[in-house]
Amino acid sequence: MFKAVYNWIDERLDVAPLWRDVADHEVPEHVNPAHHFSAFVYCFGGLTFFITVIQILSGMFLTMYFVPDINNAYASVDYLQHKVAFGGIVRGMHHWGASLVIVMMFLHTLRVFFTGSYKAPREMNWVVGMLIFFVMLGLGFTGYLLPWDNKAYYATKVGMQIAESVPYIGVYLKELMQGGTIVGAQTLTRFFAIHVFFLPGALLALLAGHFFMIRKQGISGPL
Amino acid sequence: MAHGHKSDEKIVYVGDSRIRKRTNKNSVPPDYTAFPGKSEVFIPNFLLKEWLVGCVVLVGFLVLTIAEAPPLGYPADPTNTAFIPMPDWYFLFLYQYLKYPYASGDYVVLGAVLVPGIAFGALLLAPFLDTGKERRFYRRPVASALMILSLFSLVYLTKVSWDHYQHELEITGTVPEHIEREEKAREAAEKGESYSAVKKEETVALVDADDPAMEIAKANCIACHAADLNGNSKMKVPSLHGIGDVLSKEELVNTVTNGNGNMPSFKDKLTAEEIDQITSWLAKQKKAQ
Repeated sequence: MFKAVYNWIDERLDVAPLWRDVADHEVPEHVNPAHHFSAFVYCFGGLTFFITVIQILSGMFLTMYFVPDINNAYASVDYLQHKVAFGGIVRGMHHWGASLVIVMMFLHTLRVFFTGSYKAPREMNWVVGMLIFFVMLGLGFTGYLLPWDNKAYYATKVGMQIAESVPYIGVYLKELMQGGTIVGAQTLTRFFAIHVFFLPGALLALLAGHFFMIRKQGISGPL
Repeated sequence: MAHGHKSDEKIVYVGDSRIRKRTNKNSVPPDYTAFPGKSEVFIPNFLLKEWLVGCVVLVGFLVLTIAEAPPLGYPADPTNTAFIPMPDWYFLFLYQYLKYPYASGDYVVLGAVLVPGIAFGALLLAPFLDTGKERRFYRRPVASALMILSLFSLVYLTKVSWDHYQHELEITGTVPEHIEREEKAREAAEKGESYSAVKKEETVALVDADDPAMEIAKANCIACHAADLNGNSKMKVPSLHGIGDVLSKEELVNTVTNGNGNMPSFKDKLTAEEIDQITSWLAKQKKAQ
């Protein structure tokens, strides 16, 4: 049955090369921890992606309860964490995952740096990787405000002060991010939109580029 | 399945410009025969092992989330002046760096734009700055030294920032709000009560809102006691909803006539009859039983 359906689709769209490219590519010995334990450093990239998937899934469930509005944001997070079944676990996964993804990404970056894997012909992949890093930091910054407790509010205020200190454009930058002259209702909805739509969209596009390039170029050879 | 020379596929596109016929399609990805050792295919051999690593990480991660609840403080209060701001841990190094005199005040452009801009810019463009063919880090002393130096500064600045935060907590005798909140919730749970940091404002409905006295209230009281007569807690102006539970008719007459604290005297603005009318109405403002 499954095979018949697959053949029906494959006859029309010739999908075999797409997945065979992923399935059949060889994993060389020097990145396989089964052969050399020290090769575990090559796992960090995959683990970063794994945690990112956890972040996307847990975030999708959080938006079912979260209300991006200054009167209800805190109450909805409070309700989600203390009243909803497994809500504390889902929020915990998103909260701790946010830190873990930074750690994993940091380790992955260091591995690529110290093995010199960013060198020709893989320069573009490094640049895209760094852009992913910045997007992740942006996700961390915008997500920090959303529970709308004092810690979130004052950390964002400090961030805005730093943005304001940029010469010439600082004031406009601050007002653009805040959506007004104070950290308030507009800031919360704006950060929510950036955290949930803008940055994840950019992240997925960059990740697609990152993976396309690694498949096209293959992993860098042994040192 | 792929289009070969002797294609026995049922569907053949003829003269269809949307599908290009691929000739001699070679979809075999580059192999690693050039590398020494045992390479293996991604699916299923390597993916199974990767899945095992993923499972171990996931279990560890879930144990962490169950052991340590995500922190949640008290609702944001812009009038709170005592709160010690604290960014997430991975921004601490920047936060600490910007506290130094040569990175703030007159030099804030240097601190907030120039130095981070150069550092992150160099990181972004690393492949174009470090263009040699050598990949081993000990043969690239400049690049490696700069990275190790940056790592040391990151760790150092983060640690200083965290210690400073702990010190501030100590000298101000502050308990971080999420910890205080958790404590209170635990104490409440031990007593079998439910705990919530969300303030529930008890609203008492106005009694006889269409009473003629409401006109007097509209003309005289709403400037301070707000249009809905709910007062203004920040200015310490009490709500008039349920005021009859707090003050008796005589006390109300006295307050309106002579004033009290911030409350001005209405002796000259209202007639004795009007004062009697409004205080009788206010005295009726009691919580519904």
